[in-house]
Amino acid sequence: MLPRLELRGITKRFPGVLANDNVSFAVKPGEIHALLGENGAGKSTLVKMIYGIMQPDSGEIYWDGARVTVANPKAARRLGIGMVFQHFSLFEALTVLENIALGMDAKIPGRELEARIRAVMTKYGLLLDPHRTVATLSVGERQRIEIVRALLLDPKLLIMDEPTSVLTPQEVEQLFGVLRTLAGQGCSILYISHKLHEIKALCDTATILRGGKLVDTCDPKVETSRSMAEKMIGAGLKDIVRGADRIMGPPKLVVTKLSTLKLGHFDVPVDDVSFTVRAGEIFGIAGVAGNGQNALLDALSGEVHGGDSHSVTLDGHPLGLLDTTGRRKHGLCAVPEERNGHAAVGDFSLSDNTVLTARDRLGMVVLGLINSGAAKTYTGQVIAEFAVKALGPGAMAGSLSGGNLQKYIMGREIMQKPTVLVVSQPTWGVDAGAAAAIHQALVDLAATGSAIVVISQDLDELRALSDTLAVINMGRLSSARPTADFSVEEIGLLMGGVHGVDEVIDAIPA
Amino acid sequence: MNMDLVVPIIITLIGASTPILIAALGELVVEKSGVLNLGVEGMMLIGAVVAFAVTYTTGNPWLGILLAAAASAAASMIFAFLTLSLSANQVATGLALTIFGTGFSALFGQAYTGKPISIFRSIFPEALATHPLWRLVFGHSPLVYFSLLLVVAVWWFLKKTRAGLILRAVGENDLSAHSIGYSVIGVRYAAVAFGGAMAGIGGSCFPLLLTPQWAERLTAGRGWIALALVVFAAWRPFRLFGGAYLFGLVMTIELYTKASGGTGGVPSEFWAALPYLATIAVLVLISLRRSGHSAAPACLGKPFLPTN
Repeated sequence: MLPRLELRGITKRFPGVLANDNVSFAVKPGEIHALLGENGAGKSTLVKMIYGIMQPDSGEIYWDGARVTVANPKAARRLGIGMVFQHFSLFEALTVLENIALGMDAKIPGRELEARIRAVMTKYGLLLDPHRTVATLSVGERQRIEIVRALLLDPKLLIMDEPTSVLTPQEVEQLFGVLRTLAGQGCSILYISHKLHEIKALCDTATILRGGKLVDTCDPKVETSRSMAEKMIGAGLKDIVRGADRIMGPPKLVVTKLSTLKLGHFDVPVDDVSFTVRAGEIFGIAGVAGNGQNALLDALSGEVHGGDSHSVTLDGHPLGLLDTTGRRKHGLCAVPEERNGHAAVGDFSLSDNTVLTARDRLGMVVLGLINSGAAKTYTGQVIAEFAVKALGPGAMAGSLSGGNLQKYIMGREIMQKPTVLVVSQPTWGVDAGAAAAIHQALVDLAATGSAIVVISQDLDELRALSDTLAVINMGRLSSARPTADFSVEEIGLLMGGVHGVDEVIDAIPA
Repeated sequence: MNMDLVVPIIITLIGASTPILIAALGELVVEKSGVLNLGVEGMMLIGAVVAFAVTYTTGNPWLGILLAAAASAAASMIFAFLTLSLSANQVATGLALTIFGTGFSALFGQAYTGKPISIFRSIFPEALATHPLWRLVFGHSPLVYFSLLLVVAVWWFLKKTRAGLILRAVGENDLSAHSIGYSVIGVRYAAVAFGGAMAGIGGSCFPLLLTPQWAERLTAGRGWIALALVVFAAWRPFRLFGGAYLFGLVMTIELYTKASGGTGGVPSEFWAALPYLATIAVLVLISLRRSGHSAAPACLGKPFLPTN
């Protein structure tokens, strides 16, 4: 059988980097083919060349056996290549229907297009109201738009870039169902992901890239997650090392009946949340994006007030009415989810970013003057300790890759030795090696007696990391239990909650 | 009030509103594509002087309007080249365009100072407009009918056509539009050219509709009012129409108050400023009522810099 897509010797060079070095592999019709690799391994570049966003410097692309040049995305779609991007290329101010219409090359009248959209939605169980504005939709629903948009073109090859990072386990299962149906109809799927167990569950073949080179093409059903991870990073993978039989200390962070106000139309506030984190404990909060995690982080960090000074206490000190600076002075540090623009200022040097959050705890400001020497020294330590790939303390935060910036931000807070550290999505978009390093640093910090709150959508991360787990849904927190007492299914149900069921009912097409 | 007073007031009102409305509709389309062109005032002045010169020389106002649109569109292309092709700062470049237009119109208009042309009147037979009420329907310059059609046309284009959808998409999220395969720069060039042409036609209203004599700075800052209207009308054509006519109304009241000699002891500068103040105040109040996220196109004023 002729391969649907075959790459031969694809090479792409950027100034200073060889993004793809002589990469060759083939995808068969109806095959679900995984593309694996760490950040910067060249997966995105490769896929962009297949979809016509970039052109290879050398090498050939064959489609159904014939050599082709994919000049632009339009040409790719004409061949039958569809793509679902990791960062959705959606227009928030426009409706679902308008968004889909924009992605169609053929000019289809609005009413006919709507009928076709409803047909595809029903066929694959991807329910959505075509007339809703995208800004009102959850991340999972936004992804459905992208998938529907791709499916409307009857693709012969569908490229999925990290599709499950924002979905509940149930949504992931549903997505896999759709993908398997598609593959059964002969559509090939090129599936990019970091999540190795998903690749084992879904994919027929896996191609692994490292540093722009193809390292291996293997059968993920035969490989173990660990063996694939080691091929990805090119070295043995470190496990999280924890001291045996740790004993939790006294309560450090006590949150009592914390509620926030609804700020905007699409804001999900936290509603009557109470929990306690003890010294040495890692407290995990699971939940699908948009269920109040942002409000919770803001209320804990001090960006918004909980209304009552005793709603948040640390070692018995009421912090509820203090701002971020006041809370940091008391030893409560926080890392928000959005690293660029919230946790760090892209146009500032790393050293200046350090001053922004570490100035009080480390005495970097004296009489209103910045002690830039101290800031540089500390930033240098963070860079060295957390293996941040940066030119030095003077490098602009915005010039770092996402994973490296995250390592810097986590390092900046962890090395301040906070009494309580609250982090949201600590390893979002970070590759396996760096994620392991961040996890280890959190565990080590807890071992010194700090209390840690980890808010994350990544269940594997929470199950590996946290001692105690609770689930947030529509701003309400479930009761906390030791992580080991939860099954994945149970967490998934709590994450979906009643809220998920409502959504499906609302979205049934008329 | 009798009919003989009300009808002329309404006709004056419509005349005063028309240039602002046309220029603002052009700018609305430009801003919907994500470009902020602060050169409206300058382009209106270029349009005004070209319309005057051509009409004075050839006696043909249609040709005057056409060339005014072409000249202002050409001026807007300087702006487009600098901001879109060279990614220059849009605010600074737009201000420079206004300064350029002011200087150009002053220089080019020098030869015409004080010379008269005739007003570009209704195209309908006089007989149709003898009764005051019929005058309200048939008694306007073609520029007025054009401006009203333009309101509907811009709304229809943005809301109902695929090209309008693409234009909005480019203004909302240029990187996504680019990744889907639309030409962001191409769409923006077209929008800026349209905005330039409309500013030119809006400018041509001054000599052809309002004051048939050339004088420096004939537009008297209406280009700025047009810009402000676009923002406070929340980028909606019909609200823009309301804003422009509100401005025209207050302006007309001011004119008639002055003409009847009653300034109420208030300095005349206050009356002159009133239309600007009243329009902005009303529209600010309207836009305050709406909560939630801003109606501004998300990419407004930002240069398009594709990552690869």
